[in-house]
Amino acid sequence: MSEVKFSKEHEWITLEGDVATIGITKHATEMLGDIVFAELPEKGSNVEKDGTAGVVESTKAASDVYTPVSGEVVDTNQTIVDDPSKINEDPEGSAWFFKLKMKDQSEMDSLMNKEEYDKFAKESAN
Amino acid sequence: MEIKKTSLNKLHQDNNAKFVEFAGYEMPIQYSKGIIEEHKFTRSHSGIFDVSHMGQLFIYGDETLTEELEKIFPLDLKNLKQNCSKYSFLMNEDAGIYDDLIITKIKEGYLIILNAACKDKDFEILFNLLGSKFKMNLDNKRSLIAIQGPKSVEILNSIISGVDNLNFMTGNWFDSDNQKLFVTRSGYTGEDGFEISISNEKAEKFVENLIKKGAQLIGLGARDTLRLEAGLCLYGHELDINKTPVEANLRWAISKSRLSSGGFIGSKKIMNQMQDGASQIRVGIKPEGRLIAREKTKIFDDTDTQIGEITSGTFGPSVNGPIAMGYVNKEFSKVDTKILLEVRGKKHPANVCALPFYKKNYVKGVN
Repeated sequence: MSEVKFSKEHEWITLEGDVATIGITKHATEMLGDIVFAELPEKGSNVEKDGTAGVVESTKAASDVYTPVSGEVVDTNQTIVDDPSKINEDPEGSAWFFKLKMKDQSEMDSLMNKEEYDKFAKESAN
Repeated sequence: MEIKKTSLNKLHQDNNAKFVEFAGYEMPIQYSKGIIEEHKFTRSHSGIFDVSHMGQLFIYGDETLTEELEKIFPLDLKNLKQNCSKYSFLMNEDAGIYDDLIITKIKEGYLIILNAACKDKDFEILFNLLGSKFKMNLDNKRSLIAIQGPKSVEILNSIISGVDNLNFMTGNWFDSDNQKLFVTRSGYTGEDGFEISISNEKAEKFVENLIKKGAQLIGLGARDTLRLEAGLCLYGHELDINKTPVEANLRWAISKSRLSSGGFIGSKKIMNQMQDGASQIRVGIKPEGRLIAREKTKIFDDTDTQIGEITSGTFGPSVNGPIAMGYVNKEFSKVDTKILLEVRGKKHPANVCALPFYKKNYVKGVN
Protein backbone atom coordinates (compact mmCIF):
# COMPACT_ATOMS: atom_id res chain seq x y z
CA MET A 1 0.00 0.00 0.00
CA SER A 2 1.16 3.52 -0.75
CA GLU A 3 2.08 6.19 1.73
CA VAL A 4 -0.97 7.99 3.20
CA LYS A 5 -1.59 11.34 1.51
CA PHE A 6 -3.81 14.19 2.69
CA SER A 7 -5.93 16.94 1.12
CA LYS A 8 -6.59 20.50 2.24
CA GLU A 9 -10.23 19.49 2.79
CA HIS A 10 -9.02 17.09 5.50
CA GLU A 11 -9.41 13.80 3.63
CA TRP A 12 -6.82 11.03 3.73
CA ILE A 13 -6.13 8.66 0.83
CA THR A 14 -4.12 5.48 0.29
CA LEU A 15 -3.55 3.69 -3.00
CA GLU A 16 -3.39 -0.05 -3.61
CA GLY A 17 -2.93 -0.90 -7.28
CA ASP A 18 -5.30 1.56 -8.97
CA VAL A 19 -7.85 1.54 -6.12
CA ALA A 20 -7.77 4.45 -3.68
CA THR A 21 -9.31 4.30 -0.19
CA ILE A 22 -10.54 7.64 1.14
CA GLY A 23 -11.70 8.85 4.55
CA ILE A 24 -11.65 11.96 6.71
CA THR A 25 -8.79 12.79 9.08
CA LYS A 26 -8.70 12.63 12.85
CA HIS A 27 -8.19 16.38 12.84
CA ALA A 28 -11.42 16.75 10.81
CA THR A 29 -13.40 14.64 13.29
CA GLU A 30 -12.03 16.69 16.17
CA MET A 31 -13.22 19.86 14.50
CA LEU A 32 -16.63 18.38 13.67
CA GLY A 33 -17.35 16.87 17.08
CA ASP A 34 -19.69 13.89 17.49
CA ILE A 35 -20.66 12.61 14.05
CA VAL A 36 -24.26 11.42 13.90
CA PHE A 37 -24.94 11.04 10.17
CA ALA A 38 -22.95 9.98 7.11
CA GLU A 39 -23.96 9.86 3.46
CA LEU A 40 -21.70 8.20 0.88
CA PRO A 41 -21.56 8.33 -2.93
CA GLU A 42 -23.34 5.59 -4.86
CA LYS A 43 -21.40 2.56 -5.93
CA GLY A 44 -20.74 2.75 -9.67
CA SER A 45 -20.96 6.54 -9.79
CA ASN A 46 -18.08 8.70 -11.00
CA VAL A 47 -16.69 11.46 -8.83
CA GLU A 48 -14.38 14.29 -9.85
CA LYS A 49 -11.31 15.54 -8.00
CA ASP A 50 -12.29 18.21 -5.41
CA GLY A 51 -15.99 17.52 -6.00
CA THR A 52 -18.42 16.53 -3.23
CA ALA A 53 -18.64 12.81 -2.54
CA GLY A 54 -20.70 12.59 0.62
CA VAL A 55 -21.85 14.39 3.74
CA VAL A 56 -21.12 14.09 7.43
CA GLU A 57 -23.21 15.72 10.11
CA SER A 58 -22.35 16.41 13.71
CA THR A 59 -24.87 17.43 16.34
CA LYS A 60 -23.98 20.99 15.33
CA ALA A 61 -23.82 21.12 11.52
CA ALA A 62 -23.57 19.38 8.16
CA SER A 63 -20.29 19.30 6.20
CA ASP A 64 -19.56 18.09 2.69
CA VAL A 65 -17.00 15.38 2.12
CA TYR A 66 -14.81 16.00 -0.93
CA THR A 67 -12.84 13.52 -2.97
CA PRO A 68 -9.17 14.42 -3.41
CA VAL A 69 -8.95 12.42 -6.70
CA SER A 70 -11.25 11.42 -9.60
CA GLY A 71 -12.54 7.94 -10.28
CA GLU A 72 -15.34 5.40 -10.18
CA VAL A 73 -16.77 4.45 -6.80
CA VAL A 74 -16.15 0.71 -6.42
CA ASP A 75 -16.98 0.27 -2.74
CA THR A 76 -18.54 2.20 0.18
CA ASN A 77 -18.32 1.57 3.92
CA GLN A 78 -21.87 0.84 5.03
CA THR A 79 -20.82 0.32 8.67
CA ILE A 80 -20.24 4.07 9.13
CA VAL A 81 -23.68 4.83 7.67
CA ASP A 82 -25.28 2.43 10.15
CA ASP A 83 -23.20 3.70 13.08
CA PRO A 84 -21.66 7.12 12.36
CA SER A 85 -20.00 7.26 15.80
CA LYS A 86 -17.42 4.82 14.36
CA ILE A 87 -16.02 7.76 12.39
CA ASN A 88 -15.03 9.48 15.64
CA GLU A 89 -13.58 6.27 17.03
CA ASP A 90 -11.29 5.24 14.18
CA PRO A 91 -11.34 7.88 11.42
CA GLU A 92 -8.05 6.96 9.79
CA GLY A 93 -8.56 3.20 9.99
CA SER A 94 -11.75 1.08 9.93
CA ALA A 95 -13.98 4.13 9.33
CA TRP A 96 -12.93 4.71 5.71
CA PHE A 97 -15.64 6.25 3.50
CA PHE A 98 -15.31 4.92 -0.07
CA LYS A 99 -12.95 3.29 -2.57
CA LEU A 100 -12.30 4.67 -6.04
CA LYS A 101 -10.85 3.15 -9.15
CA MET A 102 -8.50 5.95 -10.16
CA LYS A 103 -8.13 7.15 -13.72
CA ASP A 104 -5.08 9.35 -13.32
CA GLN A 105 -2.69 8.46 -10.53
CA SER A 106 -0.72 11.68 -11.03
CA GLU A 107 -3.57 13.37 -9.13
CA MET A 108 -1.89 12.00 -6.01
CA ASP A 109 1.21 14.12 -6.60
CA SER A 110 -0.27 17.42 -5.48
CA LEU A 111 -1.49 16.01 -2.15
CA MET A 112 0.34 16.48 1.15
CA ASN A 113 2.33 13.90 3.08
CA LYS A 114 1.74 13.37 6.82
CA GLU A 115 4.27 15.94 7.95
CA GLU A 116 2.96 18.59 5.57
CA TYR A 117 -0.64 17.87 6.55
CA ASP A 118 0.02 18.01 10.29
CA LYS A 119 1.60 21.43 9.80
CA PHE A 120 -1.31 22.55 7.59
CA ALA A 121 -3.90 21.28 10.07
CA LYS A 122 -2.17 23.03 12.97
CA GLU A 123 -2.03 26.31 11.07
CA SER A 124 -5.61 26.13 9.79
CA ALA A 125 -6.86 25.43 13.32
CA ASN A 126 -5.45 28.73 14.59
CA MET B 1 -17.96 45.63 19.41
CA GLU B 2 -15.82 43.84 21.93
CA ILE B 3 -16.93 40.35 22.83
CA LYS B 4 -18.34 40.05 26.35
CA LYS B 5 -17.27 37.40 28.83
CA THR B 6 -19.11 35.93 31.78
CA SER B 7 -17.55 35.63 35.22
CA LEU B 8 -16.96 31.92 34.51
CA ASN B 9 -14.90 32.49 31.36
CA LYS B 10 -11.61 31.46 32.98
CA LEU B 11 -13.20 28.33 34.44
CA HIS B 12 -14.48 27.41 30.97
CA GLN B 13 -10.97 27.86 29.57
CA ASP B 14 -9.47 25.74 32.34
CA ASN B 15 -11.96 23.02 31.43
CA ASN B 16 -10.90 23.03 27.75
CA ALA B 17 -14.04 24.67 26.45
CA LYS B 18 -14.48 25.29 22.74
CA PHE B 19 -15.90 28.77 22.49
CA VAL B 20 -18.42 30.35 20.13
CA GLU B 21 -19.86 33.81 20.00
CA PHE B 22 -23.44 33.80 21.18
CA ALA B 23 -25.46 37.02 21.51
CA GLY B 24 -22.25 39.03 21.84
CA TYR B 25 -20.76 36.75 24.50
CA GLU B 26 -17.90 34.29 24.31
CA MET B 27 -19.66 31.11 25.45
CA PRO B 28 -18.64 27.45 25.66
CA ILE B 29 -20.27 25.32 22.95
CA GLN B 30 -18.73 22.16 24.41
CA TYR B 31 -15.92 20.88 26.60
CA SER B 32 -13.49 18.06 25.86
CA LYS B 33 -16.01 15.22 26.22
CA GLY B 34 -18.25 16.49 23.44
CA ILE B 35 -21.94 17.24 23.03
CA ILE B 36 -23.32 13.70 23.16
CA GLU B 37 -21.54 12.74 26.38
CA GLU B 38 -22.40 16.06 27.98
CA HIS B 39 -26.03 15.55 26.98
CA LYS B 40 -26.17 12.04 28.43
CA PHE B 41 -24.38 13.08 31.60
CA THR B 42 -27.04 15.72 32.21
CA ARG B 43 -29.83 13.17 31.72
CA SER B 44 -28.22 10.60 34.03
CA HIS B 45 -26.38 12.75 36.54
CA SER B 46 -26.03 16.53 36.85
CA GLY B 47 -24.90 19.20 34.39
CA ILE B 48 -23.86 22.78 35.14
CA PHE B 49 -24.71 25.46 32.58
CA ASP B 50 -23.34 28.99 32.57
CA VAL B 51 -26.34 31.06 31.50
CA SER B 52 -24.96 34.33 32.83
CA HIS B 53 -25.40 35.90 29.40
CA MET B 54 -29.16 35.90 30.01
CA GLY B 55 -30.78 39.00 31.42
CA GLN B 56 -31.82 39.22 35.08
CA LEU B 57 -34.26 42.08 35.25
CA PHE B 58 -35.43 43.15 38.69
CA ILE B 59 -38.43 45.47 38.73
CA TYR B 60 -39.31 46.89 42.13
CA GLY B 61 -42.87 47.77 43.14
CA ASP B 62 -46.11 46.70 44.78
CA GLU B 63 -49.73 46.19 43.58
CA THR B 64 -49.50 49.08 41.13
CA LEU B 65 -46.60 47.30 39.44
CA THR B 66 -48.68 44.11 39.23
CA GLU B 67 -51.47 46.09 37.57
CA GLU B 68 -49.07 47.66 35.08
CA LEU B 69 -47.45 44.31 34.25
CA GLU B 70 -50.85 42.74 33.62
CA LYS B 71 -51.29 45.27 30.81
CA ILE B 72 -48.16 43.76 29.24
CA PHE B 73 -48.08 40.04 30.02
CA PRO B 74 -50.93 37.53 29.43
CA LEU B 75 -50.74 36.38 33.03
CA ASP B 76 -52.92 36.46 36.11
CA LEU B 77 -50.24 38.16 38.18
CA LYS B 78 -52.67 39.34 40.86
CA ASN B 79 -53.29 35.74 41.87
CA LEU B 80 -49.70 34.63 41.39
CA LYS B 81 -48.26 33.74 44.77
CA GLN B 82 -45.00 35.23 45.95
CA ASN B 83 -41.99 33.15 44.86
CA CYS B 84 -43.94 31.47 42.05
CA SER B 85 -42.71 31.62 38.44
CA LYS B 86 -44.52 31.68 35.10
CA TYR B 87 -43.34 31.25 31.53
CA SER B 88 -44.52 34.15 29.39
CA PHE B 89 -43.82 36.48 26.46
CA LEU B 90 -43.19 40.10 25.72
CA MET B 91 -45.32 40.85 22.64
CA ASN B 92 -46.20 43.65 20.26
CA GLU B 93 -49.79 44.70 19.39
CA ASP B 94 -49.97 41.92 16.75
CA ALA B 95 -48.96 39.36 19.40
CA GLY B 96 -45.57 38.98 17.67
CA ILE B 97 -43.04 37.79 20.22
CA TYR B 98 -40.18 40.13 21.21
CA ASP B 99 -38.92 37.57 23.71
CA ASP B 100 -39.97 34.61 25.81
CA LEU B 101 -39.17 34.80 29.49
CA ILE B 102 -39.66 33.49 33.02
CA ILE B 103 -41.23 35.93 35.46
CA THR B 104 -41.13 35.33 39.21
CA LYS B 105 -43.04 37.30 41.83
CA ILE B 106 -40.60 38.19 44.59
CA LYS B 107 -41.04 40.13 47.82
CA GLU B 108 -39.57 43.26 46.28
CA GLY B 109 -41.48 43.06 43.00
CA TYR B 110 -40.63 40.86 40.03
CA LEU B 111 -37.60 39.08 38.61
CA ILE B 112 -37.71 38.45 34.87
CA ILE B 113 -35.18 36.19 33.12
CA LEU B 114 -34.66 37.32 29.52
CA ASN B 115 -32.84 35.92 26.50
CA ALA B 116 -29.32 37.27 26.04
CA ALA B 117 -29.88 38.50 22.50
CA CYS B 118 -33.11 40.31 23.47
CA LYS B 119 -32.42 41.66 26.94
CA ASP B 120 -31.35 45.21 26.07
CA LYS B 121 -34.25 45.74 23.72
CA ASP B 122 -36.65 44.16 26.24
CA PHE B 123 -35.43 46.60 28.87
CA GLU B 124 -36.07 49.52 26.53
CA ILE B 125 -39.56 48.27 25.65
CA LEU B 126 -40.49 47.67 29.27
CA PHE B 127 -39.01 50.98 30.38
CA ASN B 128 -41.07 52.80 27.75
CA LEU B 129 -44.22 50.97 28.86
CA LEU B 130 -43.72 51.34 32.61
CA GLY B 131 -42.21 54.80 32.60
CA SER B 132 -40.03 55.87 35.47
CA LYS B 133 -42.60 54.92 38.09
CA PHE B 134 -40.74 51.75 39.01
CA LYS B 135 -37.08 51.11 39.64
CA MET B 136 -35.73 48.67 37.06
CA ASN B 137 -32.36 46.98 37.19
CA LEU B 138 -31.02 44.76 34.40
CA ASP B 139 -28.49 43.35 36.82
CA ASN B 140 -25.10 42.64 35.25
CA LYS B 141 -23.45 42.20 38.63
CA ARG B 142 -25.07 38.80 39.01
CA SER B 143 -24.27 35.56 37.21
CA LEU B 144 -26.85 32.89 36.43
CA ILE B 145 -25.96 29.22 36.82
CA ALA B 146 -28.28 26.34 35.91
CA ILE B 147 -27.83 22.87 37.34
CA GLN B 148 -29.90 20.19 35.63
CA GLY B 149 -30.39 16.45 35.90
CA PRO B 150 -31.51 13.85 38.45
CA LYS B 151 -28.59 14.28 40.87
CA SER B 152 -28.84 18.08 40.92
CA VAL B 153 -31.15 18.32 43.92
CA GLU B 154 -28.81 16.30 46.12
CA ILE B 155 -25.71 18.17 44.93
CA LEU B 156 -27.18 21.65 45.24
CA ASN B 157 -28.83 20.91 48.57
CA SER B 158 -25.46 19.92 50.03
CA ILE B 159 -24.26 23.46 49.29
CA ILE B 160 -27.46 25.47 49.74
CA SER B 161 -29.49 23.67 52.36
CA GLY B 162 -33.25 23.84 51.80
CA VAL B 163 -33.44 24.03 48.01
CA ASP B 164 -34.89 20.51 48.03
CA ASN B 165 -38.08 22.06 49.49
CA LEU B 166 -38.68 24.18 46.40
CA ASN B 167 -41.49 23.04 44.12
CA PHE B 168 -41.18 23.15 40.34
CA MET B 169 -41.54 26.73 39.03
CA THR B 170 -41.01 28.34 42.41
CA GLY B 171 -38.01 30.15 43.86
CA ASN B 172 -36.68 31.85 46.95
CA TRP B 173 -33.77 33.75 48.45
CA PHE B 174 -31.22 31.60 50.24
CA ASP B 175 -28.19 32.52 52.33
CA SER B 176 -24.95 30.84 51.40
CA ASP B 177 -21.33 31.88 51.85
CA ASN B 178 -22.42 35.21 53.35
CA GLN B 179 -24.53 36.31 50.47
CA LYS B 180 -28.04 36.14 49.15
CA LEU B 181 -28.72 33.78 46.26
CA PHE B 182 -32.00 33.57 44.39
CA VAL B 183 -32.72 29.97 43.48
CA THR B 184 -35.59 28.75 41.31
CA ARG B 185 -36.52 25.15 40.55
CA SER B 186 -36.73 25.34 36.79
CA GLY B 187 -34.75 24.67 33.68
CA TYR B 188 -34.49 24.12 29.99
CA THR B 189 -33.55 20.47 29.59
CA GLY B 190 -36.63 18.42 30.50
CA GLU B 191 -34.85 17.38 33.71
CA ASP B 192 -35.35 18.38 37.31
CA GLY B 193 -33.04 21.24 38.16
CA PHE B 194 -32.39 24.74 39.44
CA GLU B 195 -31.25 28.14 38.32
CA ILE B 196 -29.11 30.11 40.75
CA SER B 197 -28.64 33.87 40.62
CA ILE B 198 -25.35 34.69 42.35
CA SER B 199 -22.98 37.67 42.50
CA ASN B 200 -20.26 37.64 39.85
CA GLU B 201 -17.45 37.51 42.44
CA LYS B 202 -18.81 34.34 44.03
CA ALA B 203 -19.86 32.51 40.88
CA GLU B 204 -16.58 30.75 40.05
CA LYS B 205 -16.06 29.35 43.53
CA PHE B 206 -19.68 28.24 43.66
CA VAL B 207 -19.38 26.33 40.38
CA GLU B 208 -16.07 24.78 41.47
CA ASN B 209 -17.93 23.51 44.52
CA LEU B 210 -20.65 21.96 42.35
CA ILE B 211 -17.94 20.25 40.28
CA LYS B 212 -16.32 18.89 43.46
CA LYS B 213 -19.66 17.37 44.38
CA GLY B 214 -19.82 15.52 41.07
CA ALA B 215 -21.61 17.83 38.64
CA GLN B 216 -19.94 18.66 35.31
CA LEU B 217 -19.84 21.71 33.07
CA ILE B 218 -22.06 21.39 29.98
CA GLY B 219 -21.85 23.63 26.90
CA LEU B 220 -24.45 25.36 24.77
CA GLY B 221 -24.30 22.50 22.23
CA ALA B 222 -25.78 19.99 24.65
CA ARG B 223 -28.11 22.65 26.04
CA ASP B 224 -29.59 22.84 22.54
CA THR B 225 -29.98 19.06 22.05
CA LEU B 226 -31.47 18.74 25.56
CA ARG B 227 -34.04 21.51 25.07
CA LEU B 228 -34.98 20.21 21.63
CA GLU B 229 -35.60 16.70 23.01
CA ALA B 230 -37.73 18.36 25.69
CA GLY B 231 -39.73 20.14 22.95
CA LEU B 232 -38.84 23.60 24.28
CA CYS B 233 -38.69 26.68 22.06
CA LEU B 234 -35.53 28.67 21.38
CA TYR B 235 -35.97 32.36 20.63
CA GLY B 236 -34.74 33.26 17.13
CA HIS B 237 -35.69 29.77 15.93
CA GLU B 238 -39.19 28.67 17.00
CA LEU B 239 -40.08 32.15 18.23
CA ASP B 240 -39.64 35.60 16.72
CA ILE B 241 -41.49 38.84 16.07
CA ASN B 242 -43.51 37.22 13.24
CA LYS B 243 -44.82 34.37 15.41
CA THR B 244 -47.57 34.49 18.00
CA PRO B 245 -47.93 32.29 21.12
CA VAL B 246 -50.97 30.60 19.53
CA GLU B 247 -49.00 29.74 16.39
CA ALA B 248 -46.14 28.53 18.57
CA ASN B 249 -48.58 26.14 20.28
CA LEU B 250 -47.93 27.83 23.61
CA ARG B 251 -51.50 28.79 24.48
CA TRP B 252 -51.08 26.86 27.76
CA ALA B 253 -48.82 29.70 28.91
CA ILE B 254 -51.63 32.26 28.65
CA SER B 255 -53.64 32.51 31.86
CA LYS B 256 -57.26 31.47 31.31
CA SER B 257 -58.70 34.42 33.19
CA ARG B 258 -56.84 36.79 30.87
CA LEU B 259 -58.30 35.19 27.77
CA SER B 260 -61.80 36.36 28.60
CA SER B 261 -60.84 39.77 29.94
CA GLY B 262 -58.01 40.63 27.53
CA GLY B 263 -56.43 44.00 28.16
CA PHE B 264 -52.83 42.99 27.57
CA ILE B 265 -50.68 43.94 24.59
CA GLY B 266 -51.56 41.63 21.69
CA SER B 267 -54.73 40.31 23.35
CA LYS B 268 -57.01 41.07 20.38
CA LYS B 269 -54.89 39.03 17.98
CA ILE B 270 -54.54 36.21 20.49
CA MET B 271 -58.28 36.04 21.17
CA ASN B 272 -59.01 36.00 17.43
CA GLN B 273 -56.50 33.24 16.81
CA MET B 274 -57.82 31.22 19.74
CA GLN B 275 -61.26 31.37 18.15
CA ASP B 276 -60.39 30.89 14.48
CA GLY B 277 -57.17 28.93 14.87
CA ALA B 278 -53.80 29.96 13.49
CA SER B 279 -52.97 29.16 9.87
CA GLN B 280 -49.59 27.68 10.81
CA ILE B 281 -48.66 25.88 13.99
CA ARG B 282 -45.48 24.59 15.66
CA VAL B 283 -45.16 20.80 15.70
CA GLY B 284 -42.62 18.11 16.50
CA ILE B 285 -41.15 16.32 13.48
CA LYS B 286 -39.34 13.00 13.29
CA PRO B 287 -37.49 12.25 10.06
CA GLU B 288 -37.52 8.56 9.08
CA GLY B 289 -34.09 6.93 9.20
CA ARG B 290 -31.06 8.89 10.33
CA LEU B 291 -31.46 11.99 8.18
CA ILE B 292 -31.07 15.30 9.99
CA ALA B 293 -33.22 18.18 8.81
CA ARG B 294 -31.73 21.49 9.94
CA GLU B 295 -33.30 24.89 10.44
CA LYS B 296 -34.80 26.35 7.20
CA THR B 297 -35.40 22.90 5.69
CA LYS B 298 -38.55 23.16 3.56
CA ILE B 299 -41.51 20.92 4.35
CA PHE B 300 -43.73 19.56 1.53
CA ASP B 301 -46.88 17.49 1.19
CA ASP B 302 -47.10 14.61 -1.31
CA THR B 303 -48.28 16.95 -4.08
CA ASP B 304 -45.02 18.95 -3.98
CA THR B 305 -46.65 21.93 -2.31
CA GLN B 306 -44.61 23.59 0.40
CA ILE B 307 -46.53 23.42 3.68
CA GLY B 308 -43.96 24.65 6.18
CA GLU B 309 -40.38 25.00 7.38
CA ILE B 310 -38.12 23.49 10.04
CA THR B 311 -37.03 25.89 12.82
CA SER B 312 -34.63 23.57 14.72
CA GLY B 313 -33.28 20.14 13.84
CA THR B 314 -30.55 17.94 15.20
CA PHE B 315 -29.68 14.47 16.42
CA GLY B 316 -31.25 13.67 19.78
CA PRO B 317 -28.71 11.68 21.81
CA SER B 318 -31.27 10.25 24.29
CA VAL B 319 -33.86 9.62 21.57
CA ASN B 320 -30.99 8.14 19.52
CA GLY B 321 -32.29 9.56 16.30
CA PRO B 322 -32.97 12.77 14.40
CA ILE B 323 -35.54 15.20 15.80
CA ALA B 324 -36.87 18.56 14.67
CA MET B 325 -39.46 21.23 15.30
CA GLY B 326 -41.06 23.44 12.71
CA TYR B 327 -44.18 25.20 11.51
CA VAL B 328 -46.71 23.53 9.20
CA ASN B 329 -50.08 24.61 7.81
CA LYS B 330 -52.69 23.67 10.39
CA GLU B 331 -54.26 20.90 8.28
CA PHE B 332 -50.92 19.06 8.50
CA SER B 333 -50.41 19.56 12.24
CA LYS B 334 -52.04 16.34 13.48
CA VAL B 335 -49.76 13.74 15.03
CA ASP B 336 -48.71 11.00 12.56
CA THR B 337 -49.27 13.17 9.47
CA LYS B 338 -46.81 12.15 6.75
CA ILE B 339 -44.71 15.00 5.42
CA LEU B 340 -41.62 15.37 3.20
CA LEU B 341 -38.43 17.23 4.07
CA GLU B 342 -36.21 18.63 1.32
CA VAL B 343 -32.56 18.05 2.26
CA ARG B 344 -29.76 18.56 -0.29
CA GLY B 345 -32.21 18.58 -3.18
CA LYS B 346 -34.01 15.33 -2.29
CA LYS B 347 -37.30 14.84 -0.47
CA HIS B 348 -37.25 12.52 2.54
CA PRO B 349 -40.21 11.13 4.49
CA ALA B 350 -40.96 12.32 8.03
CA ASN B 351 -43.83 12.30 10.51
CA VAL B 352 -45.47 14.97 12.61
CA CYS B 353 -45.17 13.80 16.21
CA ALA B 354 -46.14 14.76 19.74
CA LEU B 355 -43.82 16.83 21.93
CA PRO B 356 -41.70 16.31 23.92
CA PHE B 357 -39.49 13.76 22.18
CA TYR B 358 -38.03 12.81 25.54
CA LYS B 359 -40.31 12.61 28.54
CA LYS B 360 -39.35 12.68 32.16
CA ASN B 361 -41.47 13.90 35.00
CA TYR B 362 -40.41 17.12 36.59
CA VAL B 363 -40.10 16.73 40.33
CA LYS B 364 -43.00 18.52 41.91
CA GLY B 365 -41.21 18.75 45.23
CA VAL B 366 -41.48 16.83 48.44
CA ASN B 367 -44.56 18.51 49.93
